[in-house]
Amino acid sequence: MPAKRIIACLDIKGGRVVKGVRFEGHADMGDPAELALYYRDEGADEIVIYDIAASAERRTIDYAWLKQIARGLDIPLCVAGGIRTVEQAIQCLENGADKISINSPALERPDFIGELAAIAGSQCVVVGVDSRADGGEWCVHQYTGDARTSRRTQRRTLDWIVEAQARGAGEIVLNCMDSDGTRQGYDIAQLQAARQRLTIPLVASGGAGDAGGFLAVFRETDVSGALAAGALHSRALRIPDLKRSLREAGIEVRP
Amino acid sequence: MSVAVVKIGVGNTASVMFALERLGARAVLTDEPARLADAERAILPGVGAARYAMERLQASGMSAALRAFKGPLLGICLGQQLLYEHSEEGDALGLGLLAGSVSKLPADTQTPSPHMGWSQLLDVREHPITAGLPREAYAYFVHSFACPLGEPTIATASHGRTFSAMVSRGNAYGCQFHPERSGAVGRRILENFLALPC
Repeated sequence: MPAKRIIACLDIKGGRVVKGVRFEGHADMGDPAELALYYRDEGADEIVIYDIAASAERRTIDYAWLKQIARGLDIPLCVAGGIRTVEQAIQCLENGADKISINSPALERPDFIGELAAIAGSQCVVVGVDSRADGGEWCVHQYTGDARTSRRTQRRTLDWIVEAQARGAGEIVLNCMDSDGTRQGYDIAQLQAARQRLTIPLVASGGAGDAGGFLAVFRETDVSGALAAGALHSRALRIPDLKRSLREAGIEVRP
Repeated sequence: MSVAVVKIGVGNTASVMFALERLGARAVLTDEPARLADAERAILPGVGAARYAMERLQASGMSAALRAFKGPLLGICLGQQLLYEHSEEGDALGLGLLAGSVSKLPADTQTPSPHMGWSQLLDVREHPITAGLPREAYAYFVHSFACPLGEPTIATASHGRTFSAMVSRGNAYGCQFHPERSGAVGRRILENFLALPC
């Protein structure tokens, strides 16, 4: 198995990195290109730039700032936010993205997953899933970038991730909305259930706080990586310290 | 120095171009055999699936031009796989610069595939292209098919099974991982490649 990935997620709104709590209310955290390089230097294993309002506003990310970020970066870069056509995905790849993460557009039109995989290869296709417990089961939510548009879909999370894999997704990022922004740790039960159903990599998202939360998710769920945003931006969590703690606990991380 | 980066189709060739730009190399992205022949060295990046990529290379005349190319040639990811005779992926014939066949990695809930992430380079042989790597060198991999172990192998990695992470034979070199996205380790390998005598 590869080293466990620590993934820094830059949630972007209006060209600035923002921090959200339970997907509502945002605070300014800085410039995307500067923060991407800062996290590269800190030892992040991957950067995700996520234009959180794009899908809800029916547009996609700004290719000029994508290129500006990609140009300086020598670690993997995944982009997300309103990518709903193959042409847009190609534009992202040609402006320096390595992976394309799709979420709401995949729910709108599931065939899009397969179309993208056929052109760019499954390794380029990440399906992001926003999931929340409701009535005893995990359900998929859509357009979560804005509290006014966020809504529950009819899909069950554990069915949807299996379908996404079958359609050609190369990785699933499971964002557990109940723990998102709480810094109380990842949703172990949900991630365990998801991991058991997939043969593609799974990335944990939602709940990053201290090293203990990362240690728990890597020990108990066998996810390939864990994503963090707010906890990193506030500098409450530093990647070098986190990786030292994980290494001391016997988790393989990249030096 | 001039580097021809072979254009196949859709893919993250932009990251390869950006990496070369950061290293100060003069690089052109091209699917024209004449421009390849003019270059001192060439990079064949990994894009899409083996069969599709070979069809594109044949259609543009690049497959013959790559076989005839005399300068250092670096295959990255799928590009390394295309150096071989054959790939299980779409039952495709490769460039045939290396003997053997590329085969699928195992995939299950314990060993997810694609192999996606940072894995340690193992059994690293002393070689101009591996010079100066740290003892614990991690590189970024994204692939579902892998190259056999053999005489050209100069580094290995493991995911479900052990495979060739780097190869070298004659003027052909390969990295199964993405040096352009492998931080300082990848930068060193690209620098070493750019310093190879033409």
